[in-house]
Amino acid sequence: MSYNINDNGYYGEFGGAYIPEMLYPNIEELRQNYLKITAESDFKEEFHQLLRDYVGRPSPLYLAKRLSEKYNTKIYLKREDLNHTGAHKINNTIGQILLAKRLGKTRIIAETGAGQHGVATATVCALMGIECVVYMGEIDIARQAPNVARMKMLGAKVVPALSGSRTLKDATNEAMRDWINNPVDTHYIVGSVVGPHPFPDMVARFQAVVSEEIKTQLLEKEGTENPDYLIACVGGGSNAAGTYYHYLDNEAVKIIAVEAAGKGIDSGESAATSVLGKEGIIHGSKTLLMQTNDGQITEPYSISAGLDYPGVGPMHANLYRTGRAEFIAITDDEAMTAGLELSQLEGIIPAIETSHALAVFEYKTFKPNDIIVVNLSGRGDKDLQNYIDYFGL
Amino acid sequence: MLNSFQYIIIKKEVELKRFPPLWAVNMNRINQKLEEDKKLLSIYFTAGYPNIDDTVSIIHNLENSGVDMIEIGLPFSDPLADGPTIQDSSTKALRNGMTSEVLFQQLKDIRSSVSIPLIIMGYFNPILQYGVEAFCKKCQDVGIDGLIIPDLPVDVYHLKYKSIFDSYGLINVFLITPQTSEERIRYIDSVSNGFIYMVSSASTTGATSGFGDVQTNYFKRIEDMHLKNPQIVGFGISNHDTFKQATQYAKGAIIGSAFIKYLTHKGVDNLERFIAPILAEN
Repeated sequence: MSYNINDNGYYGEFGGAYIPEMLYPNIEELRQNYLKITAESDFKEEFHQLLRDYVGRPSPLYLAKRLSEKYNTKIYLKREDLNHTGAHKINNTIGQILLAKRLGKTRIIAETGAGQHGVATATVCALMGIECVVYMGEIDIARQAPNVARMKMLGAKVVPALSGSRTLKDATNEAMRDWINNPVDTHYIVGSVVGPHPFPDMVARFQAVVSEEIKTQLLEKEGTENPDYLIACVGGGSNAAGTYYHYLDNEAVKIIAVEAAGKGIDSGESAATSVLGKEGIIHGSKTLLMQTNDGQITEPYSISAGLDYPGVGPMHANLYRTGRAEFIAITDDEAMTAGLELSQLEGIIPAIETSHALAVFEYKTFKPNDIIVVNLSGRGDKDLQNYIDYFGL
Repeated sequence: MLNSFQYIIIKKEVELKRFPPLWAVNMNRINQKLEEDKKLLSIYFTAGYPNIDDTVSIIHNLENSGVDMIEIGLPFSDPLADGPTIQDSSTKALRNGMTSEVLFQQLKDIRSSVSIPLIIMGYFNPILQYGVEAFCKKCQDVGIDGLIIPDLPVDVYHLKYKSIFDSYGLINVFLITPQTSEERIRYIDSVSNGFIYMVSSASTTGATSGFGDVQTNYFKRIEDMHLKNPQIVGFGISNHDTFKQATQYAKGAIIGSAFIKYLTHKGVDNLERFIAPILAEN
C-alpha cells in the first residue's frame, strides 16, 4: 500500500479536482506539465541552485540538547526557520515560480494566512521580476502586520479578502476567483498541499527537499536514515508533507501530525480538522473539513493564523483515515508555552504554528533512545507581539 | 356549461399533469421547454434571499411574468465561481436559515401551481452532505427537473453519479467557457441531455456588462459547432440588450446577479417590472 498520490490524483479516497469548468484549462495545463517540467534537467538545476544559493539550503538538522535532556529523549530540529524569509514556504514558491515561467505566465497570485507564504511568493516574484498579487483575509492583515509590510516592501499588492470569515479560507476563495477572471496570463501559487490536483502533489514534491535532506543528515549523525518519529504541525499541511514525503511508505518511521485545538476541541473555537471534520469538498479537493450538517464550511479558530484553516490537505486526510499518522491536537495555551520554552532552552524563537509541534513533548512520552525529528517550520519574529501580549513580557 | 366532450378534455389535461403518461415522464420539462420555438429567458435567484420565505412567491411571480425557466440557487458558504452580488445574497440567505432541507420543505407543493422547468443550482459539498441519492430523490419528489453543480466535474459525474441522476429523471447541466477546448466541448455535449450552460466570458458571476467582439465571436464559434444540445448563455446578461445579443446565437440566456440586485433594491413584488422590458420585442 502506498500513501503517496495515485495516477488519478487521489490519496486513497481523498483528493481529485472538484473545480468549476472556468478553472479547468488552467488546472489541466498544470496537470499535463508539472511532472514533465520538474523532471527536466535545466529545471532541476535551477531549482537546486536557488535553494542552495538563495534560500540557504540545506537547512541544518540540529540536535537540541537541552530540549532533549528535559524530555529525556533525542530531539533533532530541522531548521526551516533559517531559510530565507524565515519558513519552509519558500521551497514551494521557488519551485512554482520556475514552473510558472516555463508555462509563460506573467502574473502571479497567491493566498496567505499568517503571511509567510505571501512573503515567500512576493520574494520570488521580486527575484524574477514578475507582477504579484497576494490575497489575505482582512482579519489576518490586522494580526500579521509585519508580514504585510514585508510583502509591500517586496513590491507585491496585498488585497484584503472581505468575504466570509475574512481569514485564510476566504483569501483562498478570492485567489481562485481572480484566477477564474484571469485564466491566460496568471499562475496561482497555492501555498499548501491543498486545492485541486495537481497542487497537493506538486507542493509536496517541492517541499520534499526537507525529508530528502533529513535522510542524508540523519545518516551522517546517527548512522541511519530513519528516525523513530517525525513530528510536524498541520494546517493545510505543507511543512508536514515535506517532512514525511520520503518516509511515507516506510512504516518503521512513525508519523505525528499536530493540529491546532485552539481553545479546546469542544470549545467551538478550534481548527482540529481531523477530529472535528467530515469528508467533503473544499477549494477543489475532497478531504476532511469542518462543516455544518448542511455542508456549509465553518469558521475555524487558532491563535496561529497559519493553522487557522477548516480543511487539511488530502494526503493528511488519508494518513489520518488509514492510521498511518497519529494526529494530536494542541491548544493555544500549550503551544504558547512550548514556544516560550524552546526560546529559553535553545535560543530559538519559533513561529506559533511550529510551537504546536513542539508542545507534543508535554503531551506524549518518548523513550530515551528514540530519535525524533521535528520540523521547525518557521521563526517567530512575525509572532513577537502575540508572544509578548500573551505572556505580558 | 361544459359539454361532456369538453369536460373529458379538461379532465384529461388535469390527469396528464398529475399522472403523466410514460412518454411524458421520459420527456423532462427542460427538454419540452427547449423544443418551444422561442428564445428562452432563465432567471437565477438565491433561495432564502432577501427573506427566508420568499422562495415560492419569487417563483410564482417569475412564472407569471413570462420567465421560461428558473434556477433556484442553493446557497453555499464558499461559492468559488460567484462574484460579490451572489456571494452576498448567499451569505444573507444562510444567515436567514436556508438549508437544503428548508428549501425542499418550501418547494414541496410547488408543482401544484408552477409548470415551467425548475433547476437547482448549488455547489457540490451541501449536496454531498445531504447524500447525493437522497438529494436527487427529494428533487424528483418536489418536481425539480435538473441540477447545475459548477464544482462537480463532468468526468466524476459520468463515473460516479450519472446513473443516480438518470434514475430520478434529473438533467445535469454542464458549463463551457471561452477557454474550453473544442474536444472538451464535444465531450460535454456527448454526456449532456438538456442544454449546455455557455459562460459568456472568463469571469465570476456579475463581473461583466455587455458583450464585445470577443464574446460574439465565441458565441458564433459555438453555434457553428452544431452541438446536439442547445446552449443557454450565462454571466454578463443583465437587460434587454444583452439578452438580445446573447440569444442571437443561442437558445436562451440566464440572468442572475442583475436580478439579485433588483430584489435587493426593489423587493420581491412587481417582478414583471424587471422581466417585461427584457422580453419586450424591441
